[in-house]
Parts: sequence; C-alpha cells; structure tokens
Amino acid sequence: MACFLVPTAEAVIVTLATKIKEKSDASKPVKVDASKVSDKIPFTRKLKWLSGMLWGGSALLAFEHVWHGEVTPWFPFLTAMGSEADAMEMLHEMATAGVMMAVLVTAVWGVMCVAADIIMKKSAKTETVKGEAA
Amino acid sequence: MTLLITVFAAITATIVWYFKNQSKYMIGTLALMYWGASIMWFVDAIFEYAELQAEFFTPAAKDMLNDAFLGVSVVALGLIIWLIILIMKDPDGKLRKTLQGQKA
Repeated sequence: MACFLVPTAEAVIVTLATKIKEKSDASKPVKVDASKVSDKIPFTRKLKWLSGMLWGGSALLAFEHVWHGEVTPWFPFLTAMGSEADAMEMLHEMATAGVMMAVLVTAVWGVMCVAADIIMKKSAKTETVKGEAA
Repeated sequence: MTLLITVFAAITATIVWYFKNQSKYMIGTLALMYWGASIMWFVDAIFEYAELQAEFFTPAAKDMLNDAFLGVSVVALGLIIWLIILIMKDPDGKLRKTLQGQKA
C-alpha cells in the first residue's frame, strides 16, 4: 500500500547524513602517510552504497505501487487514504513490511561494509608485504 | 515473477560491474538500485507467502503474466533512471561537446 515510504524516509536521512559528513570531512586537515597503504574505505562512500540501494529500491517499488493503482498523481496521492479502515491497514503495512524492508536493506549494507573492510585490509597487507620485499 | 526478474537484472548488472569496472559509467549504482529493489520485493514475498502459504508458488497464469510485464517495466525504469544520471554527469563530456557543436 505504501510500504516504500519507510525506506524512502531512511534514504532521505542517509543522504542528509552523507552530505553533513562530507562537509565536516572536507573542513578537517588530512595527514597523509605515504609509506602506508590505506586500508580504509571512507564512511561517506559506504553511506552512498546504502543511499543507492534505498533510493533505487524505493523508486522501483513506488512504480510498482503506481502500477497497482495504490499511488495516484492527485491528492491525497495514496488511495488507501480514502477511508479510515484502509488508512489503518496502510499504516500497519508500513510498520511491518516497510520497516522490515528498511532493516533488511541496512543489514545487507552492514554485511557489505564488513566484507569490504576485510577485503581492503587483506589487500593492504599484501601490498605492504610486497613493498617491504622490494 | 517481478522479484525474479529484478534479481536477474541485479545479477547481470553486478557481473557487468565486476568484469567491466569503469566507475565513471556508474554500473555499480545500477546494480545497487536493482539489489535494493530485490531485497524490498523479497520482504514483500515473505509477507505474501505468510498469507497465501503453498498457493504463493502456484499463481494464476494471468497474474504471472502481469507480474512479468511489471518486472520488465521495472528493469526498463531502472535503466532509464541510470541513463538520466549518466547523461547528467556526462563522464566523457560527450553531451557537453555535442551541445557546444564540437565533434563528440
């Protein structure tokens, strides 16, 4: 009915958080140690993965809702807002399916971040060993 | 059916991203978009399964056709969104050159 609104709301928050973090990172002085190979992926880059999944998924899901006639281009935009019973059902769906969608996407992103960090650490270790041997 | 088609689109985009990794063309963004949608439809499928049980796996032909049509449309919409982002960013400057009347 309107489950896509929950991941959309998360996408807005994540995008805002990314912009704020980018601004604060840009104002900080950066110390560069050329002897060390960096094994860190910037957190803002990771946040962009999450916002990509959330925005993309929400947009495609919103299209599905338009397809099924649950979203209309005129006020109140959601057909479920027509009656109180439908509105309650919509809120229930948002609280169950919508929240679970947002949680699962975030969980998958968390696994992606951990895996990416492990891969980067391993490759940095290999590069450092190669550099020392040379 | 929509979930299945979107998952295949996500897998294809990921394979293209892995083997032809040119970050400037943002194939990764396309893959993330399809994966995000796939996860969301997977949750939808879980709730539908909880409601329909075994009937979930035996949809009517008409419903399946409609879902397949929706799935293909979703893949097309994803590609359109990606194409718009790509053209707006114009990584090779082709659009800029064309608009300036130069040979792209």
